[in-house]
Amino acid sequence: MSRWGMVIDLDRCTGCGACISACHQENNLVAVGEEETERDRAFHWIRMLRETSDGPSGASVRFLPQPCFQCDNPPCIRVCPVHATYLGEEGIVGQVYSRCIGCRYCMAACPYGAKVFNWYEPEWLGDTEERANPDVSRRPKGVVEKCTFCHHRIIIARDEARAAERDLKDGDVTTACAESCPARAIVFGDLDDPDSRVSRLAGNTRAFRVAEDLGTEPKVFYLSERE
Amino acid sequence: MKTDETTIERSDFQDYALIRPIEEGGAGFRVAFTLLTLVLLGGWVLFSRQILYGLGVTGLNQPVAWGFYIVNFVFFIGISHAGTLISAILRLSNAEWRRPITRMAEVITVIVLAIGGFHPLLDMGRPERLLNIFTAGRLQSPLLWDVTAISAYFMASTVYLFIPMIPDIALLRDRGVWPHWFYRFLSWGWQGTPRQVAVLNRAVSIMMVVVIPIAVSVHTVISYIFAMTVQPGWHSTIFGPYFVVGAIFSGIAALMLVMIVMRRVFHLESYLKQIHFDQLSKLLLVMSLLWFYFTFSEFLTGFFGNEPSEMRVFYYKISGAYAPFFWGMVAFNFIIPVTILSFRRLRTIPGIFIASSTVVIGMWLERLNIVVPSLANPRLPYPTGFYIPSIVEWGMFAGAIATFILGFVLFARFFPLISVWEIQEGREQSVKETSERLKGYLPDEPSAARVR
Repeated sequence: MSRWGMVIDLDRCTGCGACISACHQENNLVAVGEEETERDRAFHWIRMLRETSDGPSGASVRFLPQPCFQCDNPPCIRVCPVHATYLGEEGIVGQVYSRCIGCRYCMAACPYGAKVFNWYEPEWLGDTEERANPDVSRRPKGVVEKCTFCHHRIIIARDEARAAERDLKDGDVTTACAESCPARAIVFGDLDDPDSRVSRLAGNTRAFRVAEDLGTEPKVFYLSERE
Repeated sequence: MKTDETTIERSDFQDYALIRPIEEGGAGFRVAFTLLTLVLLGGWVLFSRQILYGLGVTGLNQPVAWGFYIVNFVFFIGISHAGTLISAILRLSNAEWRRPITRMAEVITVIVLAIGGFHPLLDMGRPERLLNIFTAGRLQSPLLWDVTAISAYFMASTVYLFIPMIPDIALLRDRGVWPHWFYRFLSWGWQGTPRQVAVLNRAVSIMMVVVIPIAVSVHTVISYIFAMTVQPGWHSTIFGPYFVVGAIFSGIAALMLVMIVMRRVFHLESYLKQIHFDQLSKLLLVMSLLWFYFTFSEFLTGFFGNEPSEMRVFYYKISGAYAPFFWGMVAFNFIIPVTILSFRRLRTIPGIFIASSTVVIGMWLERLNIVVPSLANPRLPYPTGFYIPSIVEWGMFAGAIATFILGFVLFARFFPLISVWEIQEGREQSVKETSERLKGYLPDEPSAARVR
């Protein structure tokens, strides 16, 4: 059984936003438009946080791409009234769109703001709906959704491995954000496999997790020289 | 002269003032009913936009996922503690001055619980999936605790309102008040036999004990919605009792507002006297001081803990965007009511009216201060959110208040707002009983044999 995790190297990240675009394409996320974005309703499964700090060499900005952290101990599933969000066997926090009642309690409980809500029925521009990714279900209005670690890719990769009668190996499956990153800052893989790139990087001395003191046990690690 | 005869017959009945609005009706009822129904319909017309297009028509956004609907949910459920709890405590402690107050308190509870309990439905993205709560419910979720506690409270307080109403409904039935079938059905064959009286008193005694723990659990569990998360400003052990105190506080204020208005509208000055307001306003004063104590403890511990995420929420309230609401809350909940209620000269009916109004507004601000700032200041370095409610949310707020008044107008049209039989019982039996009881408190009269 795998335990999927991700490492994001902040010293490599340029903040270009390719991961966000790739994620939108891959997961059928609909652009909400300028007006809604101004109303704080921008819709991302991976978003770009900006951290500004005053160092001895003047002010500096650091970019922090943030997907759902897929916590091992997720605060969101503990509050859901209807089992619409759950921790999967391989450590991915899932969302059942057809069961979610849209109470947004999980959004209020998530310390990282990783979940997004469909304020309106998604509006597909032009022929984008015909070109939507058939592997990812489309969401109706009024439900909460979130990053799935490109779960559909894992299923496909496993099926292919099974057809070839071999085990899933490191590098067989990667997420859309990791694939698209021009700086190769994002690495995805199995944290239970001690030889995978992701578990070696997660053991790096530069590695840290966000707000570790909350005990949520995120499976997304960041690498940085600073802090 | 038939009209004269009926007038004589009516004035025979000493407490006729209590049932005059029911027997005589009036244009006032029709006007109020129409106006309030219009406001309510207006709210629903605005709300239909939300049903059609989704929650996007509200002012909610990415960090601030909860707004007016949840604020009003907590606020209205808080007001519901006016009633049943206060009425139960007063009955239980044999407070004789409760008699003209309990009925109104219980009516507030039932109406406001229905309104408050409806609010989570307004807040849902997919209200048609409400039944998922029963088919797929997770009892580990604080929201399920809420559903359980609120429905239990609604049922208990409805029964607790209805049982002491039976003799009054029977009185209206016997006087032939329209609609006859309605009063005949609701009076459940009440004839006032000694056995019926004994059963009624027994039922009231059971309900008043049952209702107290349920009422306390309701607002505790509502606070748990917030306290069970790890969010700054919410994750606090004091929240349960803090919410219960705030609920009773706002409940008493709402009760006095209703009493003052009803006293004026239905000319009940001889029933709701200065002494009743005086007693209740002392209770309000105590709750105001308690509220301040809890607020002070909550904020001081947060401040000394000095956690960065906690401090962002703290300063957002103390000196940031929510400072007007925060300091407004302190003034409305503490400074103004304590000033007015501490001095006998200011504790007049208009003074109490002002104090109660500020407390109701202040407690609404408190709910706003709890819900929004914590959501608007997330832990991660993301731009903080800001929340401006939309016209739909304001419309539903107006609709909720209209529903409250409408509920009262309807109730007052068909049932006496002051319990007639309890007033009569007080006049005929309790005066004697109370003086007997009072003698029981005093040292026994020395018997002749002991005197040397």
